[in-house]
Parts: sequence; C-alpha cells; structure tokens
Amino acid sequence: MAQVYARYSSVVYAVALRVLGDTAAAEDVLQEIFMQLWRTPGSFDSGRGNLAPWLAVITRNRAVDVLRKRRPQTEISESIVSVEPDLADETDRGRAMEKVRAVLKEMPAAQRSSLELAYFEGYSHSEISEKTGEPLGTVKTRIRSGLMLLRKAVEAQ
Amino acid sequence: MSVHPQFAEELALYALGCLEGDDRTALEKHLEECASCRRELEQSRGDAALLALSASGPRPPARAQTRLMAAIAKEPRLQNAEVGSRSPRPQWWAAFGWAAAVATIVVAAVVWQQNTKLKSNLAALEGLSEQQRVELQRARHIVDILTAQDAKRVDVIPVGLKAPPPEGKAIYSRQNSGLIFVASNLLPLPAQKAYELWIIPTQGAPIPAGVFKPDGHGGAMVINPPIPTGVEAKAFAITIEPEQGSTTPTMPIVMVGAGE
Repeated sequence: MAQVYARYSSVVYAVALRVLGDTAAAEDVLQEIFMQLWRTPGSFDSGRGNLAPWLAVITRNRAVDVLRKRRPQTEISESIVSVEPDLADETDRGRAMEKVRAVLKEMPAAQRSSLELAYFEGYSHSEISEKTGEPLGTVKTRIRSGLMLLRKAVEAQ
Repeated sequence: MSVHPQFAEELALYALGCLEGDDRTALEKHLEECASCRRELEQSRGDAALLALSASGPRPPARAQTRLMAAIAKEPRLQNAEVGSRSPRPQWWAAFGWAAAVATIVVAAVVWQQNTKLKSNLAALEGLSEQQRVELQRARHIVDILTAQDAKRVDVIPVGLKAPPPEGKAIYSRQNSGLIFVASNLLPLPAQKAYELWIIPTQGAPIPAGVFKPDGHGGAMVINPPIPTGVEAKAFAITIEPEQGSTTPTMPIVMVGAGE
C-alpha cells in the first residue's frame, strides 16, 4: 500500500483539494479513498483502465458528495473509467496532462468556467445556467464541446 | 453505430455528474437500450477523468500517510477476528502483484506464440514473394526480348526455299484467359487496312482478338488482347479489316489454324 500511496496520493489529494479547497477536508477524502481501496481491492477493475484516472474520478465524486454534504452517491466499484490512450505510464500521463491543461487555458473563459462548475464544484446544469445567466442549451453545448476538445487533445498526442 | 444526436449533450453532462431532473431520467432510460450511447458515455467518463487528472497541487502532508498507515495497521486484526479460523486475508497489493505476474506470463506466452506464428507466416510470404519475383523477372525478360527494338527476327527455313510463307503462332490459355500471337512474313496491307485476329470458339460467333499491322519485316505481335473469359477455342483466324477493326470477320480468311 505504501507504494501505491507514494505513486497516487498526489493525484487523489490534488483532486480532493481542487474540489473542496480545504486541506483538512482533502486529507479526509484522501484517507477515505485509500481505506476503501484497502478494504475492497477488487473494486478497481484493471481491465477497464488504469488506476490513476479511476482514482481521480472516484476522488472527485466523493469530494463533490462531501461538498454538497450528502451521502456517497456512487459505489466506487460502479465507477468505470476508460481513458484512451492508456495513461498507465507516468511520463505519458504527464504529457497528456500538459496538453489538457494547455487546452483548458486556451478555452474561452465561459466554457472553462462551465466545465469547472460542473465537475469540480458539483453544480447541476440548471444551476450553472442560473449562476451564469446563460441559457440552458448554451451551457450544455459548451460543456460537451469542452469535453470533446480535451478528448481530441489527448488522442492527438 | 453512432450516438443519438438528441442525447449527445446529455451524455457529456451525465458523465460529469451534472445532469439532473427529467433529462437524467430520460437519458438513463435510453442508455438501458442503446449500446452506442453507452459506449459514448464510457468515453465521456474518460474525458471527465482527464479533467480530474488536470488538477494539480501540493503533495499531501506527511501526516496524511502516517494517519493512513496507522488505520491500515488496525484493519487486518479486525478482519482476522471476523473470519475466525480462515487464513489471514492476503494483502491486496500482493494479490495484485501475483495477478499481474500471472497476467504478464500469460500475455508473454500469447505474444510469443503469435510472434512465432507471424514469423513463420512472414517466412512463407517472403518465400512466395521471392518465387513470384523470379517468375516475373523471367516473364519480363522474355517480353523484353520479343519487343526489343534491336530484336532480329530470322526465319529458319529449308535450304532452297526462296521466301518463307506468312506464318503465325497463337498460344492461348482458357484457364488464364490469355492469348499471345506472334506472326512473321506477313504480306503488306492495303492502305487503311489492318489484320485482325479472331478466336473461333467451339460454339457461337468468332470473337475479335486484336487488330495489328506488320512491321517492315512482316512481323507482328498481339499480347493478351481483351477477350471474354472461359472461351473454349477451336481455331484462330486472321482477316483483313478496316484499321479500327470489325465486330464480325470480313471474308476471306487469310490465315487460319486449329488447335491440337
């Protein structure tokens, strides 16, 4: 577990901190995620992707649940994360993330904001529409096209 | 199969976990019966994972690891107590390691097997390719000689015979739908006329098999003219036709030969 922790704790902590914005709460989520992994190692299906994206997604989901003060919405074993190309190699992952960050940086601010509000702050699409004053259709389109840009950036690498 | 366009945006929102209300219910119902949208959802979840992984920040403080290891140290004792006399639960990463080792061996065996098979196929293909290359080279060489500018066409005839008669040789393969015709000592043609070769099939009308004019020495050649496949030929004939050729032979037949 020490090796797994050494390799992936940064990913988990970064996601938790990004969502919660609070180091103590992020540490709690970090603890919870690794304890769940310890208790139910079979919840991660290595045939459906590699550990880093899977941990990032379940951490985000758990952190959003904490943020919204609700019980866990998804069992971690139900989370399927398949990233193409495979990002098992740390160098490949680092390169892919550089591209993703570059795409996010170049994205129009309104589009980036819609994505971040949805994913890192746990707002629903209608809440984003209310918060930004943008029509619901615009929010939906922005989010989808934003995700597509990320996909293309990584596929092209 | 492609994603249903009316659900394309909802799939992205669903993957990010921000689709709610009736839209979410409608999409979940659709996903139960649509494999292509389920695949797209899986891919969108992958995209969302990229977003998650893009988060960067400081490493967790050392106390977080201490806390985790302390909690883990307590868990095996609790679990052993629960399972009673059963052997201790293997450490999950050890199991993961064994599984990975077994998987690696299996994959290596499969890859080795495939590699051996591929090498064998490759060797066979290389052999075939070399054989074809040699055959092609030989065929090209024959054609080069036959069509060379400096090729001398000499008729070897019985001593005492003044001029050799016009002569033609047709080599025809029904199986390969191929025909090669070589003629020599052909008589000069009237203006705007040409010789035309005909296949006389066992059944049906003569089939045109190429229009040609002799060179200055009376030589001519027709190689693989466009002809129908599978024709059973009983004879070959030559007539004199207009330069553009004819669809039916114009009498008289000036040369003819039957197959063996």
